[in-house]
Order: sequence, then C-alpha cells, then structure tokens
Amino acid sequence: MQLYLPIADLPVNVFLVLAMGAAVGFVSGMFGIGGGFLMTPLLIFIGITPAVAVASVTSHIAASSFSGALSYWRRRAIDPALASVLLCGGVTGTALGVWTFTQLRALGQLDLMIALSYVVLLGTVGSLMFSEGLRALMRTRRGALPPRRSHNWIHGLPLKMRFKRSKIYLSVIPVVVVGIMIGFIGAIMGIGGGFILVPIMIYLLRVPTSTVIGTSMVLTLVTMLFATMLHAVTNHLVDAVLALILMVGGVTGAQFGVRAGQKIRGEQLRLLLGLLILSVGIRFAIELVIRPEDLFTIRELGVSG
Amino acid sequence: MRRAALAFLLVLLLGSAARAERLIVSVSNHRVTVTPNYSGEELVLFGSVEKDTTTPADRTTYDLVVTVMGPRADMVTRRKERTFGIWINTDYRQFLQVPSYLALFANRPFETITSPEIARRQQIGLNNVLLTQRVSGDFADVVPNDAFRSAFIRLRTQRGLYREDGSAVTFLTPTLFRTGIPLPAEVPIGTYEVEIKLFANGAFIAKTETAFEIVKVGFEQFVATTARQNGLLYGLVTAAMALMTGWMASIVFRKD
Repeated sequence: MQLYLPIADLPVNVFLVLAMGAAVGFVSGMFGIGGGFLMTPLLIFIGITPAVAVASVTSHIAASSFSGALSYWRRRAIDPALASVLLCGGVTGTALGVWTFTQLRALGQLDLMIALSYVVLLGTVGSLMFSEGLRALMRTRRGALPPRRSHNWIHGLPLKMRFKRSKIYLSVIPVVVVGIMIGFIGAIMGIGGGFILVPIMIYLLRVPTSTVIGTSMVLTLVTMLFATMLHAVTNHLVDAVLALILMVGGVTGAQFGVRAGQKIRGEQLRLLLGLLILSVGIRFAIELVIRPEDLFTIRELGVSG
Repeated sequence: MRRAALAFLLVLLLGSAARAERLIVSVSNHRVTVTPNYSGEELVLFGSVEKDTTTPADRTTYDLVVTVMGPRADMVTRRKERTFGIWINTDYRQFLQVPSYLALFANRPFETITSPEIARRQQIGLNNVLLTQRVSGDFADVVPNDAFRSAFIRLRTQRGLYREDGSAVTFLTPTLFRTGIPLPAEVPIGTYEVEIKLFANGAFIAKTETAFEIVKVGFEQFVATTARQNGLLYGLVTAAMALMTGWMASIVFRKD
C-alpha cells in the first residue's frame, strides 16, 4: 500500500516502513537503545533525504523510548535521581550540539563529519563491547567468577551523592559530564546515544545492569523530545506521517524486544549489540573507502516561488 | 513623418503575416493533485497548427518541440575525490534557479529539426537548455560537456526528473499533434511552464505557452502548511503524538 509523505514529498510503502519501525523497535527494546543509528541509514536507503530522516527519527525514538521507559518504570528499573542528574547534562549538551551542528553546516563537509564520527564512534564502541562480551562469555564457559568490581579514579571525585535505587554512591560530576557528552553527540549525529550511554554507565560509573537500561531510556526520551521540537521549529523537516508509521511499528517491536532482552543473559546481549554496532560502523567505513558508484551528488537548496 | 510611420506599420504587419501559423494547445489537466495514493501520473498535451491564407502552400510538414519546466530551485552538485584514502566532497558547483523538473519532447531527433545555431538560441535539447552556474563569482552557463553539467543532467535523468525524447510528439494529422508528459512519483510541487515551439524546414516559426500546476490537497496540504507556518505547534503535536503512541503501546502490551 503506497502512501504519500507530506514533508518528505515522496510515496512510500506503508508496510515496508512499518516493518522497518518494528525491526528497529525490537532491537531498541532489547538493548535499551534508541535505535537511531539503525533507523536513519535505513530511511535514507529507501530514498528519504538525510535531513528529513534525521528529523523524523527523533520523534520515533522518543515514542519508542517512552513505551520502553514505562515498562521499565513498572518494574522499578529506573533510578529517578540518577536520571535527573543525567538530564541536567543532557539538555545542556543537546543545545550545545545543535549550535555546533549549525556552525559545521555553514562550513560545509557536515556529511563527512557525520560519516567519520559514525565510523570512529561505532567502530570503537562496537569492538570494545564485542571483545568484552566475548571475554565474559568465555569466563562463564570456564565457570570462573567475574572479576570483583574495583573502584576507579571516578569514585574519588568530590560532590558525592547516594543513588538509592541503583545502590551506588557516586560523584555527580562524571554523571553530568556523561549527560553533556551524550546530548552533544546525539544532536550532531542525529542519534539517541543510548548505545554509548549504556556501556559508559556500566563500565565507568558502575551502575548495576538492573537500572542501567531504564535510566538511559529516560535520558534518550527527553533529549529526543527536545530535538524533535528543535527540528520542527528551525528546519520544518519533521514528517509527522512518516514518524507516526515508524512509531506504531517501533513501539510494537520494542515491547517484544524488552521481553526478549530479559531472557538473554547480559554478556550475550552485549556481544550481540557490539556486533550490531560494529557492523553499522564498518558499513560507514566501507562507504568512505570504496570508490563511490557515482562521484557526483546533487543537493537541492530549497524550491523558491 | 506620417508616411514613415505608415511604412513602419506596414513592415510590422508584413512581419507578423510572415508568421502565418498559430499554435493552439491544451493539457489534459491543469491542476494535478497529489493525494495519499499518488504514485506518478501522465498528462497529455494536445494541440493543432492553425494555418491561414498567408501560409505558404508548400509548407506541409512541421516539427514540434515541447519544453516542460517545473518550479525553479538552486542546486549544488558536488564531486568526490580520494583524499587520505577516503572519498570526500572536494569540489562543487552551484546551479542557480534551474528547473526542478525539465522535459523536452519532439517529433523527431532534436539535432535533425533545426541548425545547431537556432537549436542553441531556442534551447532545443538538454544540451542547449540554459543552466546557470555560479563559477567563482560569475554567473554563466558552461559548455555542454562540462563534467559538473553533464553529471547534473545525468543524475536528474536517473531520478526521472529530467528527460528528453525525440519521438514523444506524434502528429495525428499533418497539423494535429499530441504528447504525453510523464510525472514521476517524487514530483516537485509547484507551477509548471510548458513551451511549444514550431519549426518548418529548420526555421523557427511560432511559439506558444501554457502551464499546469501540481498541488497537494487535503491532509497532505494541511500537514505541509502547518509544518511550515506553525513550527512550534507542529513540533508540540508531534511530540505529544510520540508520547501518546508510546503510552498506548505500553498499555496494550501490558502483561501484568
């Protein structure tokens, strides 16, 4: 069934978009990530312009993470105190990121910057996760005990605060810094940032796995809602019809994803996610290195009159 | 003085009399509406060549060139080059106010219709259509085989937005003609100008113009205008929609 998208100015197959939303939703529910780094390239692949894709995906991620966050909330798997401290940084970071985005666009080469940051970020995070997951898996195979959680330099910082639900006693400084970083990266790359946030929270902040996904979803939800508003007000590029189809598919997929994620063991989950992130990173790297099929590209600067 | 004016008038009259043919054309639909299930359409342009008493009797065969131009826009063509092992955009050209849709149709191959000189002046064929570029501060069109220009035309043609067809116009009788105007699915919204030029024995003899518009209607129109005019409200509604969808899904799928 074909449907004409009013902002993207293009007819799409509703079932195809619905299926894409569901698939990405499943992955996002399972790993507690927004899924923007998967959805945006997929939309571009079916012919939607990158600008509209990025802008519309933000609202899709918001819907997906809201339904996810609600189910985590019912399971008491969200740390409200930790989430609010993260958000202080996240909102600042998003505003900063949007400002940088505008500056970069004025300089040109924004596309290259985005592609390079995808390669670097996804490549690093993906391979780290993959190797860590692999090691953890080997350990459990051999029946060895996981290494004791050691305190690192981060736990020596001042301004400590007790996060009751996560059962950790941590300085607010690294939490705010992480929030700023995620908001900044998210605004520039058009992603939720959950896939970076989750490992940082696990490995650096030592947040227990029971609250990490739900809490990261709260941050994703708020930054993406903020980004949706910003895109709608400044660029008028949010396609509500496209977003709605993606949302319906996304939230449905996410519900099943959440359940699937709880059945799989933590290290296996990390291994899978690592593999997925790594492959998207490699995909971008290949695009940069291999001689493109067509050396020329056209970009419309807006129809006048 | 009066005699001179009279002579001038006479020359003017004779001049217009020399152009004895008149073109009468119409498109099948002057208002194409883009609805939710729009996926491309084909318009039909038909018309006839009207002769009058001053038409030379030996003039029986005509050639016709139809040019359809969509709303104009600025576009940038970029070229990738290998730098430090990766392919990045290095050079670019800006095309100023070029048609977003451009189609040229004729009853026989463009180069056989008229001389290269007239073809250039009348912009017959994609190679002769004026595509203004900004070349280091200057505004000019370049030679047809310029790398950026040909890449631009090639990419637009691939998307079905630029096309030329030397056999699309058919003469049903020596003076009655028709041609189809295919509109792709991702058609630019706006006003389309149609120019019809008549040639006989290689000489340009008459020209007429018509137009049609492509508009969004109903819900599409409403969404598009709201997004443009009330960005804040639109953003709020979209954000609320996202929250509603997420909330409803979590209720629908609630297990416990």
